[in-house]
Amino acid sequence: MFTAIFGSVEQGIIYAIMALGVYLTFRVLDFPDLTVDGSFVTGAATAATMIILGYHPAIATIVAILAGFIAGCITGILHTKGKINPLLAGILMMIALYSINLRIMGLTVENSIGRPNIPLLNAETLFSQFYSWWETLGIDEAINNFLSGLGVTYLPATWGTIVIIAILVLILKLIVDWFLKTEVGLAIRATGDNKKMIRSFSANTDNYVIMGLGISNALVAFSGALIAQYSKFADIGMGIGMIVIGLASVIIGEAIFGTKTIVRTTLAVIAGAIIYRIVLALALRIELLDTGDMKLITAIIVIIALVLPQYFDKRRERNRKAKRIADRLATKEEASDHA
Amino acid sequence: MLKLQSINKIFNEATADEKIALDHINLELKAGDFVTVIGSNGAGKSTMLNMISGALTPDSGDIVVDGKKVTKLPEFKRSELIGRVFQDPMSGTAPTMTIEENLALAYSRNKKRGLKIGVDKKRREYFKQSLEILHLNLENRLNAKVGMLSGGERQALSLLMATFTKPSILLLDEHTAALDPSRAELITNITKQLVEKDQLTTLMVTHNMQQALDLGNRLIMMDKGQIILEVKEADKQDLTIAKLMDEFQRIRGEKLTSDRTLLSV
Repeated sequence: MFTAIFGSVEQGIIYAIMALGVYLTFRVLDFPDLTVDGSFVTGAATAATMIILGYHPAIATIVAILAGFIAGCITGILHTKGKINPLLAGILMMIALYSINLRIMGLTVENSIGRPNIPLLNAETLFSQFYSWWETLGIDEAINNFLSGLGVTYLPATWGTIVIIAILVLILKLIVDWFLKTEVGLAIRATGDNKKMIRSFSANTDNYVIMGLGISNALVAFSGALIAQYSKFADIGMGIGMIVIGLASVIIGEAIFGTKTIVRTTLAVIAGAIIYRIVLALALRIELLDTGDMKLITAIIVIIALVLPQYFDKRRERNRKAKRIADRLATKEEASDHA
Repeated sequence: MLKLQSINKIFNEATADEKIALDHINLELKAGDFVTVIGSNGAGKSTMLNMISGALTPDSGDIVVDGKKVTKLPEFKRSELIGRVFQDPMSGTAPTMTIEENLALAYSRNKKRGLKIGVDKKRREYFKQSLEILHLNLENRLNAKVGMLSGGERQALSLLMATFTKPSILLLDEHTAALDPSRAELITNITKQLVEKDQLTTLMVTHNMQQALDLGNRLIMMDKGQIILEVKEADKQDLTIAKLMDEFQRIRGEKLTSDRTLLSV
C-alpha cells in the first residue's frame, strides 16, 4: 500500500509538469489543445532515442523540450495562420506526431524506419546519474533507519527521486508564476481572456497564441522525457489519453484548492496531478479492476471532478437561502413577540 | 493628424444583401480636434471607426495617421497610435485579470513587451495616481479582478486605459450607450476631462444628440454611408437639437425617421 502510493506521488509530480502545460493552454489561453497526446510521446521518444544514441541524458532532455516547443508552435500556426479550429488543429498535430514519433524512435535501429518502443533498462538516465551522487550522501539510510525506528515497515528503496523531482517541479512552478506576471505573460493571459481588447493595445494575438502553445507543449514534452527515464522505456502508445489526465489534474486541483491567484492555481494544478495518481492507484487496488481499465477510471474521475463542484455550489446556495429565510422568520417572530 | 481619403466599403458585394457601408468618405482631423459623429443605425459610423482602427480594411481609399499611410497596417500595429473604447463595457478590459494588470497591458501599448514584470513598485504608484482622476476609489482596489467591477466602473477604466499612453487618435464608439443615464453622465464627464488633459485628437460616435452637442469642437452627421453635414467649430456653439433635425430634413428632403436613437436626447 505505502509503496504503491509512494510511487504514485513520484509519478504524480512528474506528470504535474505536463499538467502545468495543459493549464497554460486550457485555462490561460482558453485553447483546448489536443497536441498533448502526441507531444508527450515526442518528448519521451526524443529523449530515449538520444540516450540510446549515446548523448548525455541532460542534452537528450533539453532537445526533447525543444521538440515539444516546435510541435506546439506548429499547432499554433495551424490555428492562427491556417484558420483551423483549435480542436481540429490539435487533433491534426497529434495524428501527425504519431508517425513522427515512430520515425524518431526508428533512428535507434539501422535498416528500419519506424520503431514503436525503446527500452532504457541499462542506459544512463538523469535519474540513474543523480542516484550515483545521491547514494554517496547516505540520506536514504538515515531516513529509513529513523522511520523503521518509528515502526514503519514498508520503506521505499530511495528518497532521491521524490526529492529531485519535487525540487524541479517547484522551480518550474516558480518560473511559470513569474512568466505569467511579465509583460509578455500578461499579454498571453489577456489573449485568452479578451482578444479584441488586447489587440486594441497593440498585441499580436497570433504570436501570443503560438508562443503559449509552444511553451505548453515544451512542458508536456519535458514531462514525457522524464517519464521515459523514470520508467525506463518509451512507447508509442504512452501518450494516449494524456490530455484527459492533464485536464483531470487541472480540474481536480482547482476544485479542491481554488483559483484565487496564479500562484495558488499553479500549486493547485500540481497537487491535482498528484491526487489524481493516488486516486488511480487506490482504484486499481480494487480486485475487480484491471490496469486496462485505467482510461475508464480516468474518464470517471474527470466526470466526478466536473460534476461534484456544481452540486456542492448548488447545495451551498440552497443552504444559504434557506438560512436567510429562517433568519427573517425569526426576526419577524421576535418583532411580533414584542408587540 | 488623421486623414480619410475617399474611403469606400461595400458589404456582401454581388449578393442580394449588398450594402454600401461607406461611400467616398473624406475627413480630416487636426491635432486636438474632438469630432462627434451622429447618424441613424446603419449610417456607417461604426464602420468608419472600424476602418480607422484596422478591424476592417477599406475597398479603396487611404487612411493616414500622423502623416503615415496606415491603410494596410494590421489592427495590432495601428493600435500603437490609436486608442479605443467600445460600446460594450465588457470589451475594453480583461475580466479575469486585476485592475493593475489591465493597466499594465495598456501601459505597454507603445512599448515592446518583454520579460519585465508587468506591475512593479514604480508602475503601481503611477497606476494609483492615474486612477485617482476617476474618483471611483479604484486606486484602492488595484488587486480586484476587473470582472467584479460594475459596467460604469469598467467603462471608466477602459477610458483611462485607452488614453493611458496619449495615443495620436482616440476612438470612442458609443461608449456610454450601454450605461444607465447617471453612469453615462459620469463617463461623459471623465471623457471630457481625459481628452482635455492631454489634448487628444478624438473621434466619438454617439446616438445621443445632446452628448454630441455638449462634447467636442466639431460635429459631423452621417447617413447611408456618406457624411451629409459638417459643423465647424464656430457654428457648433449655437447648434441645438431642433436645428440639427431641421438641417437633416433640408438635406435629405425627408423627416428624420422615428429612430429611437436620434430622438434620445
